[in-house]
Amino acid sequence: MEETQAAARRVIFTRNGVWRGVRDGLPLWLGMLPFGLVIGVLADGKGLSFAETVLMSALVYAGAAQLVVLELWQDPVPIGAVIIAAFVVNIRMAPMGAALASWLDRLRGIRLWGTLWTMVDHSFALSIQEQRRGGRDAGYLLGIGAGLWVAWVVTTAIGYLGASAVRLPPGHPLYFAGVAAFISILVGLWRGPRADLLPWLVAAAVAVAAHRLGLPVPLPLLAGTIAGATLGAWFEMRRKATP
Amino acid sequence: MTVRWDVLVAILGMALATYACRAGGYALLRTFRPPPFVEAMLRHLPGALFAAYVAPPLVNGGLYAWAGAVAVVVVQILTRNMGLSIPAGVAVAWGVQALGAAW
Repeated sequence: MEETQAAARRVIFTRNGVWRGVRDGLPLWLGMLPFGLVIGVLADGKGLSFAETVLMSALVYAGAAQLVVLELWQDPVPIGAVIIAAFVVNIRMAPMGAALASWLDRLRGIRLWGTLWTMVDHSFALSIQEQRRGGRDAGYLLGIGAGLWVAWVVTTAIGYLGASAVRLPPGHPLYFAGVAAFISILVGLWRGPRADLLPWLVAAAVAVAAHRLGLPVPLPLLAGTIAGATLGAWFEMRRKATP
Repeated sequence: MTVRWDVLVAILGMALATYACRAGGYALLRTFRPPPFVEAMLRHLPGALFAAYVAPPLVNGGLYAWAGAVAVVVVQILTRNMGLSIPAGVAVAWGVQALGAAW
């Protein structure tokens, strides 16, 4: 009896699990499409070459970070600012691997570090659900991440080629798609006025104020984010303290 | 098909910073548990980040940006589909800007 329980808990990593991940990730490709297209359009608008755009999507593979970085993009590239911005936007992924520890702790070498390389919001969310269903094939996490990586690189390439074909002038309303993408993400993140209203307003106000003061990128973003997240955390701790 | 050296350095730096978050977060957080306040901050980080990101372009963008933003929010709430809400926002922003130019 004890042996079967141990066997049920044992984490595996199979080709089958990887393919199941790829298949379960397919519906997400549609949701990724507009985001990837936007990245391609913005990259073209900022004067990146096709090779540079594809290289960035392939190596960085983080939509929100790429969107923020392209907004900061200038020629010559503010290298320090874009690296800091990528780090700040992606720090949200740091707790994900820890949350999936029951799978990842059983993996070694390239399976562990390679799977972590493909981890994105979607593959994390679906894998947590799979774990709660009792799933024990860690290949699932890799399958979703790797499948979405293909979709990501292809959609940014299509967006780039489309935008460079029609030659959008600067300030064209199509570039509003970058802001629109984040507003739609904010709608999904909203947990109600008690948790989010004030922290988000403060984040926005601090970012606008820092922008008006002429602080260089990415300081307005950084200052707003830290102010909002600190306030949100403070509210949360205070609510916990007073039952 | 060119890749400029400064762009390449920026992309490699972004890739490393991103991998540090993906893998470094796992490696660190399974050995050290951060204080509860830091954990709460990490939970609130995405919302604050994206709010700080959209605020300056909205404030500086004027009416067309606000009209587009309202369209995105409404369509996203109704459909929960980015594939519809982003084009809707762009279409409304585009329309309002075109009307403004016509006046």
